[in-house]
Amino acid sequence: MREKLLYGLGLAAILYLVRNLYVIFLVLPDELAQGAIYRVFYFHLPGYFTAALCYLLAGIFSAMYLITRKWKWDSLAAAITEVGLPFAAMNLITGMIWGRIIWGIWWTWDPRLTSALISALIYAGYLMLRQAIPDPTERAKNSAVMAIFAFASVIFTYKSNEWFRTQHPGPVLSIRTGGGTIDPQMEWMLAHNLFALLLLAGLLLAIRWRQEERQREIESLRREALSFS
Amino acid sequence: MIAAAWQIARKDLRQELRSKESLNAALSLTVVLLILFSFAFDPAAEDSKQWSGGLLWLVYSFAGALIVNRSFARELMNDCLEALRASPVPSSALFLGKAVACFLILMGVELTALPAFCIFYDVSLLGAPWTFIATLALTTWAVTVLGTMFSALTVNLHMRELMLPVLVYPMLIPPLVAAIELTRGVITGEPASEIWFRLLIGFDIIFTALAVALAEVVLTD
Amino acid sequence: MSNPLMQGSGVMLGAQGVWRYFGDFPALRDITFEIEPGACVALLGHNGAGKTTLLKLLARLAAPQKGTIAAPPLTETGYLGHGLGLYEDLSAIENLRFWGELHGAAEEASGQWLKRVELDHVATAPVRQFSRGMRQRVALGRAFQHFPKLLVLDEPFTGLDERSVKLLQEVLREALERGSTIVLSSHQIPEVMALATRTLKLDRGRLV
Repeated sequence: MREKLLYGLGLAAILYLVRNLYVIFLVLPDELAQGAIYRVFYFHLPGYFTAALCYLLAGIFSAMYLITRKWKWDSLAAAITEVGLPFAAMNLITGMIWGRIIWGIWWTWDPRLTSALISALIYAGYLMLRQAIPDPTERAKNSAVMAIFAFASVIFTYKSNEWFRTQHPGPVLSIRTGGGTIDPQMEWMLAHNLFALLLLAGLLLAIRWRQEERQREIESLRREALSFS
Repeated sequence: MIAAAWQIARKDLRQELRSKESLNAALSLTVVLLILFSFAFDPAAEDSKQWSGGLLWLVYSFAGALIVNRSFARELMNDCLEALRASPVPSSALFLGKAVACFLILMGVELTALPAFCIFYDVSLLGAPWTFIATLALTTWAVTVLGTMFSALTVNLHMRELMLPVLVYPMLIPPLVAAIELTRGVITGEPASEIWFRLLIGFDIIFTALAVALAEVVLTD
Repeated sequence: MSNPLMQGSGVMLGAQGVWRYFGDFPALRDITFEIEPGACVALLGHNGAGKTTLLKLLARLAAPQKGTIAAPPLTETGYLGHGLGLYEDLSAIENLRFWGELHGAAEEASGQWLKRVELDHVATAPVRQFSRGMRQRVALGRAFQHFPKLLVLDEPFTGLDERSVKLLQEVLREALERGSTIVLSSHQIPEVMALATRTLKLDRGRLV
């Protein structure tokens, strides 16, 4: 049953993404000032939101683990961090492509870019820490603590950016600006693609979560087997 | 709790002064790096005042990683960490004591290496000595409080010497950036924005509180 | 303390339905027992049966995931695990004073201990220079110089030299005379049985 649900979800996500790609490339017109390149934006911003949501959930799941000490939360935290990183990469890479065309450079040490990169590094560190701890209880506990530090650090880095000058474009969504800076058709498309990416992230999370749980079962069976030898 | 923390700090300091294992390593690394950097960046260059402060903080953060690495690793020999956990010392006191010891050791290394930096790079910090000392103390605490926490988190790992910098440096970027900006202000004589101090103080408060709150979780099984 | 074990019966040490896991694997399964004050309990069982885990719970080094442990506070507990818990760079007296202060031992306890184990002439020498037997004698003071009400020892006789074995037996006997409770695990059955008033046997995480 669960298998079928996952396949169904996977199919839905793929179809949805294909439909979005079709609209983005073949239906929507070029943007007035930037031309065709603005299209990366449909992945840039939703990718960022998805990654940020994953970071937030990783922090919440980790805190839940420390409070309840239920394995479920540890596997979820591990899974969602792994799922978040490709979306962070999507955000960074599309941003770099855009920067190459519009700014003429792949990378600039702008606070906003820097903080996105730092966040990805921190969460990559989290996954490395998990890899390095063999004992499951210690792994769950220590990586949960690390995830909380990571989240505090990401928030801190992000907030401290607001104090610095940035050359990154300002907010465009109408909830932040009150409308007028973005074509409603384009904003609608952004929402569509955000939803598609979230669907994809949910699917990946379900798969990775199950793998984590299985892996832990195998580990404890191994220990059980050793106790009889 | 403060008394217990101080007992731990005193013990760590005494151990370090006896063995000098991380003191010597950190000090010689600092000097070697200062020499090496002088080949990468010409200290006689006109714009050297712009970047020499940043270089100093790079060197200091390397020294910091060496020192915090030893903090909990020092307790592994003869299972002292287990004995400490079986003692009535609260985990938060144990953590704070160790962080304070690291802070004092790192400050010692930094202040000892400072004249070498000033001579090699023809820099004077006397324009705004108090700004520099405040920067030094606040940033060193940021490095040690986070570093000691991760020293505890990675103490049982085989690769702890490698893991710790990989995990800690990305998180230390905001305070290090602040320290670099403030130090540049001191060296060039054009004071940096006070915002950097706010950042440093905010970082110290948030991460000290978080570390003390989570020490119990980290240090008990 | 709302622990039922602590109330009424006068029991200061025990476990009630205790489970402790490594991952999903239960190292201790539904452990329940009571230990009367002044007892000397030998904890027996094969390697991996959960002895060390149970001792750590009693010494409050870890908490059970399920069930409750009744044990005196850490100030009244002395724990001697596999390691000696000594700092190599500090002298014998510095080591003992450090641990003594943490446990709230009397100030003169450290000096008295060194005199007793005939190490007062090397009190200021770093432990690094001590022989194995000398370290063991210092370590016993490290764990028990504050005269704890509960002594927890994990394989204490393993690897001890003859003199230290004697000393340990003396220390344990004195503790029992003071009315302290002792829980220890050991492979050296004869040494333990000479002292033990009762035994607990663990098999794959269960009391048998």
